[in-house]
Amino acid sequence: MNPRKRRRLLFVAALLTASVGGTALVLTALKDNVLYFYSPSDVAAKHVAPGVAFHLGGLVARGSVARGPGAEVRFVVTDGRKQVPVDYVGVLPDLFREGQGVVAAGAFGPGGVFTASEVLAKHDERYMPPDVVDALKRAGRWKEGGS
Amino acid sequence: MTGEIGFLALCLALALALVQAAAGLIGARSDAELARSVASSSALGFSVFVCLAFGALTWGFVTSDFSILDVAQNSHTLKPLLYKITGVWGNHEGSMLLWMLVLALYTSAMAFGQRGGPRLTSAALGAQGLLAVAFLLYIILKSNPFLRLDPPPFEGAGLNPLLQDPGLAFHPPMLYLGYVGLSATFAYAAAALITGDVDAGWARAARPFMLAAWMALTLGITLGSWWAYYVLGWGGFWFWDPVENASLMPWLAATALLHSALATERTGAFRNWSLLLSLGAFSLSLIGTFLVRSGVLTSVHSFANDPERGKFILAMLFATIGSALCLFAWRAPKLGGGAAFEPVSRESALLLNNVLLTAAVATVFLGTLYPLFLEAATSTRISVGPPYFAVTFAPIFVALLLLLPFGPRLSWRRGDLALAARQLAPGLGVALVAGVVAFAAGAPSSLAAACAFALAGWVIAASVLDMREKLKTGALPVSSLASVFAHAGLGLSLLGIAGTSLWKSEALEIVAPGRSVTIASYTLVFDGVAPFMGPNYTAARATIEVRDRGKFVAMLYPETRSYPAEGQAVTKTAIHTTGFSDLYVALGDDRGGGRYVIRAYVNPLAPFIWFGGAVMALGGLASLVGRLRLRVVRLAPAE
Repeated sequence: MNPRKRRRLLFVAALLTASVGGTALVLTALKDNVLYFYSPSDVAAKHVAPGVAFHLGGLVARGSVARGPGAEVRFVVTDGRKQVPVDYVGVLPDLFREGQGVVAAGAFGPGGVFTASEVLAKHDERYMPPDVVDALKRAGRWKEGGS
Repeated sequence: MTGEIGFLALCLALALALVQAAAGLIGARSDAELARSVASSSALGFSVFVCLAFGALTWGFVTSDFSILDVAQNSHTLKPLLYKITGVWGNHEGSMLLWMLVLALYTSAMAFGQRGGPRLTSAALGAQGLLAVAFLLYIILKSNPFLRLDPPPFEGAGLNPLLQDPGLAFHPPMLYLGYVGLSATFAYAAAALITGDVDAGWARAARPFMLAAWMALTLGITLGSWWAYYVLGWGGFWFWDPVENASLMPWLAATALLHSALATERTGAFRNWSLLLSLGAFSLSLIGTFLVRSGVLTSVHSFANDPERGKFILAMLFATIGSALCLFAWRAPKLGGGAAFEPVSRESALLLNNVLLTAAVATVFLGTLYPLFLEAATSTRISVGPPYFAVTFAPIFVALLLLLPFGPRLSWRRGDLALAARQLAPGLGVALVAGVVAFAAGAPSSLAAACAFALAGWVIAASVLDMREKLKTGALPVSSLASVFAHAGLGLSLLGIAGTSLWKSEALEIVAPGRSVTIASYTLVFDGVAPFMGPNYTAARATIEVRDRGKFVAMLYPETRSYPAEGQAVTKTAIHTTGFSDLYVALGDDRGGGRYVIRAYVNPLAPFIWFGGAVMALGGLASLVGRLRLRVVRLAPAE
């Protein structure tokens, strides 16, 4: 084996090791850091344990928004079949409305209430998250072209 | 009439692009003089017609010609003129036309410049012509901006209020100047492969385009992040949103390319890799366009959810990337290896830079596309958020920043690491001091802050040392300061990111008129909310008096605006900046009795994030100016 070939072999070996290591790193990172998206029906079917972070998507149930003395807000997310109560402290996004689509990121607290750390709302059907559209379609609540 | 003129112009542009592509590729042969001049002149003609089409659509928007469907759906007579113009690209059809306009600008620059000789230019124009044909076909068949609406409505539907903002008005053109600028690099790389002329010529020819594209991408990303910061109302500046990642990937690839092409140009090293990277960087731009414009991802950016369009763009994506890679696979083995270099050399440093940047691209790519693949395969919905990027992307960038100062200090072919380390000793001192000060003075004090500041101090100090040495030598082209600015800008941005992320303070209170909110050293006195009429919106506008340790500083007027035409509400934050720190105030819900939710943040060093971005872009400009031989006279020699 001449020196040039040897160097090339070493280079390839280093590259392989690096990419295998990198892939392993990325896969572990992906395993621990992805968030699943569930609709209220999924939540009921899957019995998500408290403390497991996920994204909850659906409509804000009409008449369900209740504000506390401070910046606390409680509302109910529904997909027409199941409902999940959500607690949130903070300013709700501009597009947050009753009867409109919403995605909340957070986890269940011990009392069966979803504690949101972040709430995203998309008002216009053009900007409705597909997650919510899907959740609504599965629950038979999606009107084509409606907002 | 304008609509028909615009559409006709598009069709003529398509015809000329076809001629340009065919003549350009024929002109790659050495004896095809005539084909080369045909390619150049049809490239110019193509550009003129695209400009005409874009002008026609702009005219439709400015005059509120609602007989054009696109105008009716995205404009409104009451909209201020600026947003009528920027509304041209605030929708799918118009933004694709803007893409085409930028492509035309770069194409005519290539035809005028004739860089790298007639054969290379001709082949590059051929490749560029093929891209133009594909995108024009898409526009004409699937995304015609000049469709008529009969009868025309009396009033238009308006533009998404989030887009009615000066920061966002110029974000898309900048980003496109970047994305599409990479098409010129792509075309030159393809031309080099076609003509077989792969020594430094193509890299030198493509360099100004690379620089312009990189600079525009840097500015575009900076603008977008600044917009998100002050519009979204909670002071974040980067969300690892797929759409943001779509612009970050080409930027990372373009950064890698700038570095590797430097070596290719100087010593002939990494020939094949630079070619591949040129093809890859533009492919990532296309993937970005696909992700953003196809409706695969949802966000304020995805205007169209038409699956037909998505399929067309995806097909174009595969055709372009596939044929580019095939061309590379076919030609590259015949081209021979690059020049040799020692393990310690500038080339090695650039190699390391490229390995790390490529790894960074790979992590972002995986994190962005993995949810799509997973959903396609198992229909499980997931999202990959900041925690993933914190453990994959961040360590790579830390390594990059640690090694960065050494690169410019190693000589080509064979460098002296010990010498570089000695020269950098003062930088290490600065880094240590910065780390200790950040740990001692920061609140809350944390090891993360200390490390981030040490790292930023290290990079900035090394750039300053570099600059001092360069100025000592007296007369030198401005372009030699390019890397100094680019690297220092990166350090400044890091300072901003670290300061804002680690030392942010936040206040969220419900206040009655006359009461105040205290945050950091500021007292915000809430004077109540009054209605306010804008040109096309009504607003609730709060009046807040800001005092710093009792002394009056400024009046702030945060608003919540409601746009009746679009039926949407938007928060308008108010920011008081000292240049070193931002006081950021957003107005929240009405809680009755004149009481409102007020949200305030103090974001230390936040302005540095964007200032750093601008300094980086300045580095690109310095290099570009130097390249175009507009050498600035003499920099004053230091004592």
